[in-house]
Amino acid sequence: MSAIAIPATEMPAEWRLPYRGTIGMACLIIAEAAIFTIFVVAYLFYVGKSLSGPTPRGVLETPIFFTVCLLSSSLTIHLASKALERGARGAFVFLWLSTIVLGGAFLFGTGQEWHRLIHEHGLTISTNLFGTTYYSLVGLHAFHVIVGLTLMAIVALFAIVGYVGRDHAPRIGALSLYWHFVDIVWVVVFVVVYVIGR
Amino acid sequence: MTTDAVVIPGAVVEGRPWTSVLHEWVTTVDHKRIGVLYIVYALLFIVIAGCEALIIRVQLMFPHNEFVSPQVFNRMFTMHGTTMIFFVAMPVLIGFSNYLVPLMIGARDMAFPRLNAFSFWLTAFGGLLLYFSFLGGSGLYGAGNAPDVGWWAYAPLALKAFSPGHSSDYWTIALIVSGFGSVGSAVNVIATVLCMRCPGMHLGRMPLLAWLNLVMSAMLLIVITPLTAAQFMLLVDRYLGGHFFDTQAGGSAVLWMHFFWIFGHPEVYVLILPCFAFISEIIPVFSRKPMFGYPVMVAASVAIGFVSMSVWAHHMFTVGMNSYANSFFAITTMAVGIPTGIKIFNWLGTMWGGRIQLKTPMLFAIAFLFQFLIAGLTGIMMAAAPFDWQLSLSYFVVAHFHYVIVGGILFALFGAFYYWYPKVTGRMMDETLGKWHFWLFVLGFHLCFDVMHIPGLLGMPRRIYTYEPGRGWDTLNLIVSIGAFVQALAVLIFVVNLVMSYFKGEPAGDDPWDAWTLEWATSSPPPAHNFATIPTVASRRPLWDLKHPEDPDSRYE
Repeated sequence: MSAIAIPATEMPAEWRLPYRGTIGMACLIIAEAAIFTIFVVAYLFYVGKSLSGPTPRGVLETPIFFTVCLLSSSLTIHLASKALERGARGAFVFLWLSTIVLGGAFLFGTGQEWHRLIHEHGLTISTNLFGTTYYSLVGLHAFHVIVGLTLMAIVALFAIVGYVGRDHAPRIGALSLYWHFVDIVWVVVFVVVYVIGR
Repeated sequence: MTTDAVVIPGAVVEGRPWTSVLHEWVTTVDHKRIGVLYIVYALLFIVIAGCEALIIRVQLMFPHNEFVSPQVFNRMFTMHGTTMIFFVAMPVLIGFSNYLVPLMIGARDMAFPRLNAFSFWLTAFGGLLLYFSFLGGSGLYGAGNAPDVGWWAYAPLALKAFSPGHSSDYWTIALIVSGFGSVGSAVNVIATVLCMRCPGMHLGRMPLLAWLNLVMSAMLLIVITPLTAAQFMLLVDRYLGGHFFDTQAGGSAVLWMHFFWIFGHPEVYVLILPCFAFISEIIPVFSRKPMFGYPVMVAASVAIGFVSMSVWAHHMFTVGMNSYANSFFAITTMAVGIPTGIKIFNWLGTMWGGRIQLKTPMLFAIAFLFQFLIAGLTGIMMAAAPFDWQLSLSYFVVAHFHYVIVGGILFALFGAFYYWYPKVTGRMMDETLGKWHFWLFVLGFHLCFDVMHIPGLLGMPRRIYTYEPGRGWDTLNLIVSIGAFVQALAVLIFVVNLVMSYFKGEPAGDDPWDAWTLEWATSSPPPAHNFATIPTVASRRPLWDLKHPEDPDSRYE
């Protein structure tokens, strides 16, 4: 039998399947969501179960400004990928860099909060259950922010040199999906840690 | 490529330096080679973990036996369980799906070939890391030791106070690493199935194997990751002084159980779904009938995927959950039997009235049907919480899940080996040796695992190091151990068959079983690009359409 086995019967008029990058990223997001779910469940399960201080009510301050930074970076990255689809490279680079700045500001905020908690309140990951769950959950999210920023910085380098064009729009779209996910996770973490947890 | 131009891989490598061949295999991104790597790797580990099982069985052969020390015994059952699940069952099944899914959906490779290679090497190094613990488990303290906290590593046993040294860390990190590998390959299979199908292959025309691997991969995404998360928590507890599972500081040991079994139970379905896939390909071909109830099979697979996510705490009835939780998990566990039952009836419906050919793959498939049914029935027995209170943590449970894993998963796998071996190597496996393998394995399996239920009912706890004579367990344990050795003998025949057939087997040709799915349309072994032209399909059985142009399936779909 020939390796060209299947005779071309009537070719389906149009045969279009989804872009593999989007599907791959969606799968990764589902997997990551499961990891975050476990950490969120652990956080909620241990709310108020610490045997010693400090407590969330005593030491946590709501990071409104940095939250606004992170959430608005979702908007800029969306506009950036739209700009790239149109072929507006200048607008893309500007919006892309703004996304990195906003994400970086958020990361700075997290660092500042940790610095304050460690030095002013003596709260570390081994202090009590609150410390363990807080640093794990917020740290896991911060880790994802760092990964996102690294990936975006690589794209920014290529974009500034001029390598990123309209052809790359689907890939940039997949990366921005990841960044949206990081933002949505922050909404959940914010509600859990700063609203319910207190 | 015509049949007589088929090249045997052994012939290709002749005359080339071995370093160049090795380099080619190590750097490969071809889904078929990676599939073979996964399978060979798993075969290596099945021998290791099988030897560990034999050590356990020798120890339990007689009362007051001292074949190994209690410490070694603990390591053996921990390593046996961990290895069999994570470094045998997972890689071998992922290997088959790597090899077969692109071929069956008419694609030239997986969606992300490099991610595919990366996933394999993560899994491979995970296994090496686990076994390195024999040398490095205690680090600088002296003699090495392997993890000995059981394959579920309950807290607080796995915490620093009760598991000093690094043995548990090797377990943790090996599973994190191989877990990332599994997630990578799951992402890959899903993207391949959704984005790489050949023209005309709607989801409703996909081979059931591709469907079941799709469901299995989707489950993997949300099943492996909770374990990874829990492992990170365990590392935080062990190394950063965290308190997740530290009851002294308000932490909860039960939370670890939940997290582990949120992974642990769906994992069983992750393992069995690809085996359903093998059975769903083998039974129609050797019954000479198309699959009975294809849409229902797909629906049942998806239903199993969903329901099996909500049954985990039936492993924890004895922990002392409230009656609502007990009832919920008892009901969901029984409910998962419904879609599974649907599948068994559909396979029987496929065989019904067919011209059944009792070749070796079909023998294994038929044995699978019987044994998987019994395994399911003992599962339903233990789904009843009060019954489970009596038998949890006894040898009845050990017998039950070995019935699933050996009687179900391993039998289906052996069937798959005999069925696809001609495609992978271009040569047939020997039928006579295959029959010997089958009958000896059936004998050994039933001697071992049928009998094993009884000491469990009589109260023999699992993981016990040794026992007093005169409790009625003595003869039974001896029979179980003899059964284990009969199975080992059968596996030896299988290995001999695998190796001999590779060099001396009858040339298989492209389509030795007169089958209907796309992998049989290309040469055996398939060329690197799989298909010279991407095929176009018009029905669920494209090769039937090709062989019977006067009466194609596409006319009825």
